[in-house]
Amino acid sequence: MTLGSVPPKFKVNIDRDQCMDCGRCIENCSYGVYRREGDKILIESRKCTGCLRCVAMCPRDAITLTEKPIDYRSHPLWTREVREDIIKQARSGKIILSGMGNARDLPVVYDRLLLDACQVTNPSIDPLREPMELRTYIGKKPSKLKFKKTESGDVELETKLAPNLKLNTPIMIGHMSFGAISLNSQLSMAKAVTELGTYMGTGEGGLHKDLYPYQDHMIVQVASGRFGVNIDYLERGAAIEIKIGQGAKPGIGGHLPGEKVNEEVSRTRMIPVGSDAISPAPHHDIYSIEDLVQLIRSLKEATEWKKPVFVKIAAVHNVAPIAAGIARSSADAVVIDGFRGGTGAAPKVFRDNVGIPIEVAIASVDQKLREQGVRNEISIIASGGIRSSADLAKSIALGADAVNIGTAALVALGCRVCGNCYRNLCPWGIATQRPELVSRLDPERGAIQVSNLIKGWTYELSELMGAAGINSIESLRGNRDRLRGYMLDEQMLKILDVLPAGA
Amino acid sequence: MSHGNNSEIIDEYITLHSSLSIFRVIKMCGIIGFIDRTKSRMDGSSIKAALSLMNERGSGDGAGYAAYGIYPEYADYYALHVFFDNLGEPKKKVDELLQQLGEIVHQEEIPTTPQPGIKKVHIPWRYFFKPSEDLMEGKMASENDVVTYIVMEVNANVKGATICSSGKNMGVFKASGWPEDVANFYRIEDYKGYIWLGHNRYPTNSPGWWGGAHPFNLLNWSVVHNGEITSYGTNQRYVEGYGYKCSLFTDTEVVAYLFDLLGRQHGLSYEMVVKALAPPFWDEIDRMPAKEAELNKAVRLTYGSALMNGPFAIVVGTENGIVGFTDRIKLRPLVVGENGNRLYISSEEAAIRVLDPEVKNVYTPRAGEPIIGRFIE
Repeated sequence: MTLGSVPPKFKVNIDRDQCMDCGRCIENCSYGVYRREGDKILIESRKCTGCLRCVAMCPRDAITLTEKPIDYRSHPLWTREVREDIIKQARSGKIILSGMGNARDLPVVYDRLLLDACQVTNPSIDPLREPMELRTYIGKKPSKLKFKKTESGDVELETKLAPNLKLNTPIMIGHMSFGAISLNSQLSMAKAVTELGTYMGTGEGGLHKDLYPYQDHMIVQVASGRFGVNIDYLERGAAIEIKIGQGAKPGIGGHLPGEKVNEEVSRTRMIPVGSDAISPAPHHDIYSIEDLVQLIRSLKEATEWKKPVFVKIAAVHNVAPIAAGIARSSADAVVIDGFRGGTGAAPKVFRDNVGIPIEVAIASVDQKLREQGVRNEISIIASGGIRSSADLAKSIALGADAVNIGTAALVALGCRVCGNCYRNLCPWGIATQRPELVSRLDPERGAIQVSNLIKGWTYELSELMGAAGINSIESLRGNRDRLRGYMLDEQMLKILDVLPAGA
Repeated sequence: MSHGNNSEIIDEYITLHSSLSIFRVIKMCGIIGFIDRTKSRMDGSSIKAALSLMNERGSGDGAGYAAYGIYPEYADYYALHVFFDNLGEPKKKVDELLQQLGEIVHQEEIPTTPQPGIKKVHIPWRYFFKPSEDLMEGKMASENDVVTYIVMEVNANVKGATICSSGKNMGVFKASGWPEDVANFYRIEDYKGYIWLGHNRYPTNSPGWWGGAHPFNLLNWSVVHNGEITSYGTNQRYVEGYGYKCSLFTDTEVVAYLFDLLGRQHGLSYEMVVKALAPPFWDEIDRMPAKEAELNKAVRLTYGSALMNGPFAIVVGTENGIVGFTDRIKLRPLVVGENGNRLYISSEEAAIRVLDPEVKNVYTPRAGEPIIGRFIE
């Protein structure tokens, strides 16, 4: 090997004075960093991913981790990452795989948008003492209502409403499949959304029978691989989502490495054990917008027009006209996934380079739908890098009806964003199918953690709205007047349709 | 509320971001509305007295009146009240637009009497106009559509001209100044109307511009408003999707367009429009009988973007009567009084008592409850 080794990413150290030699680090590290030899715990730092499981489990705080203990000669262009990618590919001749979302240090638009509050000329509203309405309906809405008078002179509604999902808070959990994540992860989230009155996605991995009790709060997904799809599956979901693309890897299909396909995953997904599940890049029955329209209608017909159908697309350059096309179909919601969206496994070059930020995508889609008079035809669900209640509030003010979270929910389960999801070794029991790792995650406790997170954000959203003098979520939606841009360029402000701070 | 115009900064931003609203802010204002249900007309002197009583709610920076029934001789024509910066180029452009789209049967400067407290920064003008039927098709299928187009076009694109009212047999008279000065300036006691609206303004931003005073009008809809609409951005995006252009730098403008969209274009009753703008809370809807709950849910789902948030009390003048209502948690005062065929709605009971010392049945409506006075057929 003429290339030799690259410097380790982390240097792991045990403070031997503190260490009580309990061996929990050895038990907990699924990457094999620690081993016992004689009476000594030895460390192989090179295997460390920075998942922090050992640090979290060490009873004596004896473990320290140093990132990049040895660095390359610094260079602004030929960064460490660039050099290592080249070395990797020189060795393998392959596509570099990666996990989680876009890891490049690009400006975050959310961080340059500021929210408004009331002073003097109108009162802020105190959500502890006044009603605060976050209830959100996802689905088609009429653009106008018709009424008729009955013989007795009462006014009756003539317009029929399409089926809508009722959310108690505008936060849903996006699609992460059984396969990509463990059953215990899905169970944790399913219990949480059921308790809170919101929804989560199944991902394209089918619906495991243990999730049937929560099916009224689960949105089933039909992706290009059609894994796990049959009529029973479609009928169980509260809604159906057609996945065209995802923000982490626009233009290509899902990847589930064979390591993660065990008996249970194989049965739920209807594929052989140990086989890589590589979904086709396009749906082979959708080569144009009219084909999508047909699939939506077929799914609706199959489920007797009782369920909303969503279409998920990655935020690509042309996202606005694509969404407008979807709004003209019988789809009920468009899910837009920004370029920071997470994934279990994606080619790194896609994860870090393809697609556009969700903030910009929301703004341009909402604008386009309004220009074309079809905004009520479809709900906008935004996802891809939503980290906090502030991101949530800003997404809604830009024009989204609700958001999907993914990575944030996993972090609530223990994930430390190490980005090795595709290796089936997740020591937190999340992105793995190994029974001994999966059992580390208790669904009851996981449910409380996820539910706590969503509750916390919901309280914060109520407070932000109240401070802005708004007591119902409809009045925040598309209210860009309550946003100001800070250190954003003129062109970006124009696209976001937001004034600069001070104006 | 109001907002100012004509600062260079604003012009600059308009150029940069033509679709953006430039903000305002205001607060506190006195409002009053009157209707005689038998269409028996009253001159403007007592409304002036009532409004002046509420001077503590104003700052002398703006006041205005809307009067219905004042032009019986031109009742079939649209009365366009226009503020011209001068009678040169701006007027030429408005004349051209009107002649292109219809017929001007009469026009004149609105008679005024100079007042020490009012600087005549605009020349108030009125046209009596009939849109040409030949042009009514497609997007402009009716007289009202043509007139709406003219108002949007002039207010957004003709520099130095602002159409401040455009209904039939009615007009808006407003300027910067105290209510009594504005009334004397326009000789408001010379007009006799069966609906009167009045507004005493307390602007906090660029108070010089007459276009920022209330009432705000489109066609036969006139709005006086005390409050601040925290949902303005949402409401604005919503109406602009239907071709309205919010160009007057105040949140109140959007209320007139919401009434026109829901009340005229969508054909909703006044009760239903108020239900859309200030709907019941979900908790209340959940407790309603199934059919009623379904109706209210449909209104909230369909017209969520029309919901007005923030503190407000509003009186709207229409071709069939007046409508008063407040925000859903009643953060601004509104008082109603009745006497025979006369209905009064105001910020303060004292103002109603100035208008009619014999007033009976004075009460304060609940939050979001529509108070509607209609003509008796």
